[in-house]
Amino acid sequence: MKLRRSMLFIPGNNPGMIQNAGVLGADSIILDLEDAVAVTEKDSARILVRNAIKTLDFYNSEIVVRINPLSTDFGFEDIKEIAKVKPHALLIPKSTTEDIKACDDILKRIEEYEGFENNHIKLFPLIETAYGLENVYNIIKASDRVEGVLLGAEDLTADLGIKRSREGEEIFYARCKVASACRAFRVDAIDTPFTDLNDYEGFVEDIKRAKSIGMTGKAAINPRQIDTIHDVFAPSKEEIEYAKRVMKAQEDAKREGKGVFSLDGKMVDAPIIQRADNILEKARLSGLL
Amino acid sequence: MEVKRIAKSGTFESNDIYIIVEPKGDEGIEINLESIVMKQFGEQIKKTIEDTVKSFKIKSIKITAKDRGALDYTIKSRVETAIKRAL
Repeated sequence: MKLRRSMLFIPGNNPGMIQNAGVLGADSIILDLEDAVAVTEKDSARILVRNAIKTLDFYNSEIVVRINPLSTDFGFEDIKEIAKVKPHALLIPKSTTEDIKACDDILKRIEEYEGFENNHIKLFPLIETAYGLENVYNIIKASDRVEGVLLGAEDLTADLGIKRSREGEEIFYARCKVASACRAFRVDAIDTPFTDLNDYEGFVEDIKRAKSIGMTGKAAINPRQIDTIHDVFAPSKEEIEYAKRVMKAQEDAKREGKGVFSLDGKMVDAPIIQRADNILEKARLSGLL
Repeated sequence: MEVKRIAKSGTFESNDIYIIVEPKGDEGIEINLESIVMKQFGEQIKKTIEDTVKSFKIKSIKITAKDRGALDYTIKSRVETAIKRAL
C-alpha cells in the first residue's frame, strides 16, 4: 500500500517552484505541462521538467507529469520527451479509453527502446468530461499501468454546462462513479482540487465529503492545502482504537475456534476485519502507530 | 548545427535565467552574462552555458544571459530551448 493522500500541482515552467517542490511534504507532485503553461512556452516547460526530473531530488514525493491532451500537437511530444527520464507516472487530461491505450502503447515502445523495466511508467487518467466519466470503468481497464484516477470537476462541470458550488452537490454523482470504479480495480480515486484558498472551513468539509463517498486522496493547488488533506484522510484516534480492538478480538476468537464473533454486542465478520486491517495499515504509513 | 535567427527563452523571475541567442558573423561562442551572483558563480554559469552550446555542436553563436539565480538544470534548459528555437 502506498499513501497517495495528496497530489500537488506545480506549474511546469516555473523553476523556483519546481526546485522547492520536494520539501513540501505532498505524497505526489504533479509537474504540469498543460493548463499552467502558455501555448508559446510548451517547448520550454517540457525541457525544464525533463531536466528537473533528471537532476533534482524530490525526496519522498513521487513525480507525476501532466502532459497535454493527446488531441493537441503537444501531447505525444510530451510523452516522448518525459518518458525518457522515468517519472513515476503521467497524468492524461480529458482521458478516453483510446487515449489510455495509445499512451500504453507508446510507453511500451519507449521502455523497450530505453531498456527500462516493462510497465515501469504508470498512468493516471484525468476524468473531466461527461464522455470520460461515463466510460471511467473501461478507461481504468484499458491499461495495467493505471494506478489511480483524478477527477477534474472544473472542466467536467463546464462540459456539463452547470455551475460549480461550494457544497459540490453537482459533482456527487461523478465522485460516486469514480470512487466505485476505482475501488473495483483497487486503484486510487483522487478528488478534484478545492480552489478557494481563503475558505478553510469549506475546504475541510469538501475533503470530508469526498472521503465519505470513497475518494482516497485529493489534488492540491497550493502547498498550504497539504497538511489539511493529510489530517482529514488520516484515520481518527477512535477508528484506530476500534481497529486495534477488532484485531485483538479476532485473535481471541481464533484461539477459541470461533469463525464469527461479536464486539460491543455487534457481529464482526470478514469485511469489518478487512476494514480494521486497512485502517491500521494507513495509520502505520501515516506515522500514527 | 547552425543558429539561423534570434531566439529567446526564460523569464526575469527569481531562480530563472533569460537567454537571447543570435547568429554571430565569425566562429566562436560569445557569452555576455549579467547575474545577481556574478562574483561567486559567474564562471560556473558561463561554463554551463558553453557546455550546453557545445553539446549541440554549434561553433558560432552569440548569447546574452540575464541570470536571476538559476540552478544548473534551469540554465541548461533555457539555453537548450533558445537554441532549438533558433535553428
